[in-house]
Amino acid sequence: MKVGLFIPCYMDQFYPQAAIATYKLLLKLGCDVEYPEGQTCCGQPLANAGNEAASRGSYLHFVTMFEKYDYIVAPSGSCVYHVRHHFDTLDQTDAVKKVRAKTLDLTEFLLDVLQISSLPAKYPHKVGLHQSCHGLRGLHLATSSELVNKPSASKLHELLSMVEGLTLVELDRKDECCGFGGTFSVKEPAISVKMGKDRIKDHFSKGAEVITAGDMSCLMHLEGIISRQNIPIKVIHIAEILNADGI
Amino acid sequence: MMPHAQKAAIFNKDEARTDWHDASLWMVRKKRDFAVSEIPEWEFLREFASDIKMHTLSKLDDYLEAFEKAAIQNGAIVHWAADAKEHNDIVLSILNKHQAKKMVKSKSMLTEECHLNEFLELHNIEVIDSDLGERIIQMLDEPPSHIVLPAIHLKKEEIGELFHRELHTEKGATDPQYLTEAARHHLREKFHTAQVALTGVNFGIAETGEVVVCTNEGNADMGVHLTPVQIHSMGIEKLIPRRSDLAVFTRLLARSATGQPVTVFTSHHRNPKPAGEMHIILVDNGRTEQLGKPDFRSSLKCIRCGACMNTCPIYRRSGGHSYETTIPGPIGSILTPGIDLKKHGQLPFASTLCGSCTDVCPVKIDIHTQLYKWRQIVSEAGLPEGGNKTMMSIMGSGLASPSFFHRLGNIGRKLLRIFPGKERFLSFTVWTKDRDLPKAPVESFREWYAKQAKDAK
Repeated sequence: MKVGLFIPCYMDQFYPQAAIATYKLLLKLGCDVEYPEGQTCCGQPLANAGNEAASRGSYLHFVTMFEKYDYIVAPSGSCVYHVRHHFDTLDQTDAVKKVRAKTLDLTEFLLDVLQISSLPAKYPHKVGLHQSCHGLRGLHLATSSELVNKPSASKLHELLSMVEGLTLVELDRKDECCGFGGTFSVKEPAISVKMGKDRIKDHFSKGAEVITAGDMSCLMHLEGIISRQNIPIKVIHIAEILNADGI
Repeated sequence: MMPHAQKAAIFNKDEARTDWHDASLWMVRKKRDFAVSEIPEWEFLREFASDIKMHTLSKLDDYLEAFEKAAIQNGAIVHWAADAKEHNDIVLSILNKHQAKKMVKSKSMLTEECHLNEFLELHNIEVIDSDLGERIIQMLDEPPSHIVLPAIHLKKEEIGELFHRELHTEKGATDPQYLTEAARHHLREKFHTAQVALTGVNFGIAETGEVVVCTNEGNADMGVHLTPVQIHSMGIEKLIPRRSDLAVFTRLLARSATGQPVTVFTSHHRNPKPAGEMHIILVDNGRTEQLGKPDFRSSLKCIRCGACMNTCPIYRRSGGHSYETTIPGPIGSILTPGIDLKKHGQLPFASTLCGSCTDVCPVKIDIHTQLYKWRQIVSEAGLPEGGNKTMMSIMGSGLASPSFFHRLGNIGRKLLRIFPGKERFLSFTVWTKDRDLPKAPVESFREWYAKQAKDAK
């Protein structure tokens, strides 16, 4: 089984440690994983800004880069959602269909494909889990709080429960959006920042030392506010926790 | 008109008030969650309701004719209004026919949409909104900020002050019961002296030709029962085929709206009173055009419960007035661009596309998918919200080219390394006003990967 690793552009440049953790974790779990160096972007930033047509080139490039792999894994529910859901505007060739079906978020790959039930991870900290929206409601990585009668499930919770020493804090609002929203963060900065502040407050007031999520973009936004306001709380991508050895 | 972002920024200047507004609506969302948790078949009901509505919309012409036929048989007078103007003219002609100068009105988003009050006031008709929240904002000369809770943006102290001014209640009074009692007496007099009553319609039943009105205050019934002439203004998408279908919707509506099992009053109006007149006005006003758009057709399933507003993290932190539409919030942001793209084209961008609206919607409208689709149309139309098309197309080509992409990324990171911590003094992006930029690492993942691959060889 050959796994192609997709790393979102901003993670490549600003959060390489989360990408390295993803890569090392997959290696640790015995995957034959490769990072195709010609990769660029899934096209989401332009498309969400209303320019789907302009991102067509990057969609096609993504398909060319990744069609040879059995699975395409990305540490980002948001990019994965974009590939799976919004590549529907391309001609549905066999390659496009395959890439759309086989592109998975790291957490679903670990649980649904590798079917792991334990992890050699240790992270002795109080952690608040932020459920990133696209993973949550787009990929159904967890049952959203609106669907009160559906059996409650959460892939991220399931994986974090395998980590030794980790304590999850209980939040008042378990899956409210952080306010990043790509272009929203600069088109509507007042609400974007207010939403981020409110999320941080929820985590911090429950004693979390660290906020984690499946999407680094949410965490980048939250970190920007945390840093500006000097709040003693950190952000860390879930891959780094799942790959942590206890230090 | 002021952009949503600017209105939202003004709203957010008073952070304590923003928190209060957010908490008030979040409480309604929590009440909804609790009410829904008591219904094990909730997800089935949502699906069922969606199917009924999609079916009805697919044969809307047939059902409208069936409805009209049955309503006429019941003794009602049925009118057809292509747009807001026709609707308002019809209402005025009914009032003139009866030489009526005073009309009581129960809650109706449709008449808000048609700006009926302003129109009638120009013709010297006194219109009294009889729903408490509506009456409050009518006294303040403000539009509703929410479709179910029209005065949710106001605090009880502000209502106390208003009532002191308008209804001569005690100065400084804030007790809701005292203030409601004052409004009750004030409205009672209006009910007794009005000559015509107008109501909105929650559901029209094609099979029986009757209209169903759901209220908590009984004000629609009070109006209809006390006046000889009754008018029901109804959007054409309000139809459902049979009375038996109604049960599905009454179970969904109040639970989604306020967390109540059912509204206090669910009234069926079928026949005119003896010696009275019953008018039903079927209003299109852009609905058939929306019906003709396959991507946005399902927005007409909306039963106006307001759940998408209560759950929307943006609505809760910007208030209904920031949208400058009759229907604000997520559903308004997919209904209004079809009416005036230039004016409302900015609204699909007032969202993070978090999808909470879609999951909370009792009739399963894929609101956030439609927001995304409207963005494409706004950009295609060359409106500023969609960004500069040439720039976007250049960026698109850049994103498809590895060499361009990698160089750009590296330049960005290295620039940040030159200016660590200084970005807040450089107001070159909106990002940095209240947020720091990420700390740029020495090497990118790509560089790290290339190095370790070389080492492995």
